[in-house]
Amino acid sequence: MTTTGLITPWDRIRAHWSARTWLRTAHVVTGVPMALLALAVVAGLTVLSVLLAWTVVVPLIALLLLFWSVPLFTRLQRARFLAFLDVDIPEAPRRPRERNPLKLLYREARARSTWRQLAYHLLAPLINVIGGVMVIGAWAGGLVAAEFAVRGWVLAEGWMITVFTLLASALLIAGPWVARGVTALDVIAAEALLGPSLSDQLVQRVETLQESRAEVVDAADAERRRIERDLHDGTQQRLVSLAMSLGMARTMLTDVPEPARQAIAQAHEESKQALKELRDFVRGLHPAVLNDQGLDAALSGIAARAPFPVRLRVDVPERASPTIEAVAFFVVSEALTNVSKHAGASTAEVTVRRAGDRLRLAVVDDGRGGARLGGGTGLRGLAQRVGSVDGTLDVDSPPGGPTAIRVELPCV
Amino acid sequence: MRVVLAEDSVLLREGLVWLLGSAGMEVVAAVADAEGLLRAVDEHEPDLVVTDVRMPPSHTDEGLRAALVLRRQRPGLAILVLSQYVEERYATQLLSTETSGIGYLLKDRVADVTEFLDALRRVASGGTALDPEVVAQLLIRRHSDPLDLLTRREHEVLALIAEGRSNAGIAEALVVSEGAVGKHINNIFTKLGLSGADKDHRRVLAVLRFLKV
Repeated sequence: MTTTGLITPWDRIRAHWSARTWLRTAHVVTGVPMALLALAVVAGLTVLSVLLAWTVVVPLIALLLLFWSVPLFTRLQRARFLAFLDVDIPEAPRRPRERNPLKLLYREARARSTWRQLAYHLLAPLINVIGGVMVIGAWAGGLVAAEFAVRGWVLAEGWMITVFTLLASALLIAGPWVARGVTALDVIAAEALLGPSLSDQLVQRVETLQESRAEVVDAADAERRRIERDLHDGTQQRLVSLAMSLGMARTMLTDVPEPARQAIAQAHEESKQALKELRDFVRGLHPAVLNDQGLDAALSGIAARAPFPVRLRVDVPERASPTIEAVAFFVVSEALTNVSKHAGASTAEVTVRRAGDRLRLAVVDDGRGGARLGGGTGLRGLAQRVGSVDGTLDVDSPPGGPTAIRVELPCV
Repeated sequence: MRVVLAEDSVLLREGLVWLLGSAGMEVVAAVADAEGLLRAVDEHEPDLVVTDVRMPPSHTDEGLRAALVLRRQRPGLAILVLSQYVEERYATQLLSTETSGIGYLLKDRVADVTEFLDALRRVASGGTALDPEVVAQLLIRRHSDPLDLLTRREHEVLALIAEGRSNAGIAEALVVSEGAVGKHINNIFTKLGLSGADKDHRRVLAVLRFLKV
């Protein structure tokens, strides 16, 4: 339960005629001319179009003017809601500027938000004029009745005092409620019609999500490159240096006791093994040659390391973005690892082709087949990495083989 | 033998200077970037250049590009490129000028001191030294050509020739007699359609055919 502190009856009474009430009243009052102006423009343009429909050009221009003025009125109305009620009506999605009037006409006519805004501007006169009459009537009537009550007191006519005092109190008490009701109705209509529609909101949300996901994927990729660089420039060099020193010790120290020689030899072998492991790890992270020379060069490296012959064909005349290249490299590398682990294949074929804005990869092996996406193999990781850039992955692997993994990646 | 060394990791650079020195070579300059390498070669006119691939400031393939520039400027200069990873593409670019006096090795090979110094001397004396990993990568793309006619053994022999080994070296590596190696090499020449008079010349041609450069 939320507590709002002690609210005394006096507070309630004071709140009834507080600044908010006057702001609401001002909102309703200012709404009247604005709504009437919008109505006049819309009605005027409509009448003009109907009367001069035979010219064809006039209705088109009228429609263009309408589509131009609707957002203007909407902006004015948003400003009114913000100024008096502190209600921020969300803006409908902005569409890119359009020079060609016919295209503009077509686009605006198709946009649902245009028609929704127009609906508000046609509804607003109804709410504001009737509401305005009620609010102004309540305040004005209250004041007039009060005046009559005073006059009754001056003229010493008892019935006038009673009747007009009661009337004045009733109207002055009702005034804030009327203002509140009318503004509430106006806010409901404006929020429903002036703001972005649900589909607009969803479209925007999807766009935001796409952007933020692309940023996350790019950031992860940049991080992989940074780690690769750090290992390459630091750790690996140290290890090479260590292995070299141990190698020299091994060749030069021939007169040391046998156990010492054995220890040096063992350390030397260990350091070489560590180097090899680190090299394989770093390569899996992000191969340097991928940055320098692209997919073709990087893929020939992994094709060579596969424990079976791999035919490689790369036809990528225009390089894709670093992230897409990294995904493509990962796909081929993982797919070949899978093939060597599970497929029992004797050969594999890797093709990479760029067709327009798509990068198509295929890894085909002659193994025993039966690979499934849900099979718990590395395929799931592949699908995730491909999905992270909106690519598609297709696995065709009948039992008995052969297996073909086809991936399409967008390169924008 | 006068050597210029380019390697950006201080630790490794000092280690290499010491290693080469202990093997009786004279390291006339040891620099940390490609710019410095080009300047040092101009200044010292060395017999051999040993360079890393990735160097500052861009940390991409600067060392390799410097090697290519040097190779164009001084065709006779022996160059050994050391790389963290062996990439066929780098090797192919390097070999596209000429195959003599060129080496391309994985940095790890430095650890096997004797073999490394061996390769170094081979390159300095106009031979080639290719890392077995490069050769493996080069093999990946060689298909649908006369090389497909070669048997597995002949492939192995050709790969070893490409690495820069002599007949004796190949015989030792494959544990066969030198005569058998000679026979394999002759078969390779026949299958690749190389019937020139000069044997050494054919050897280079076979390697070139093999490397597709």
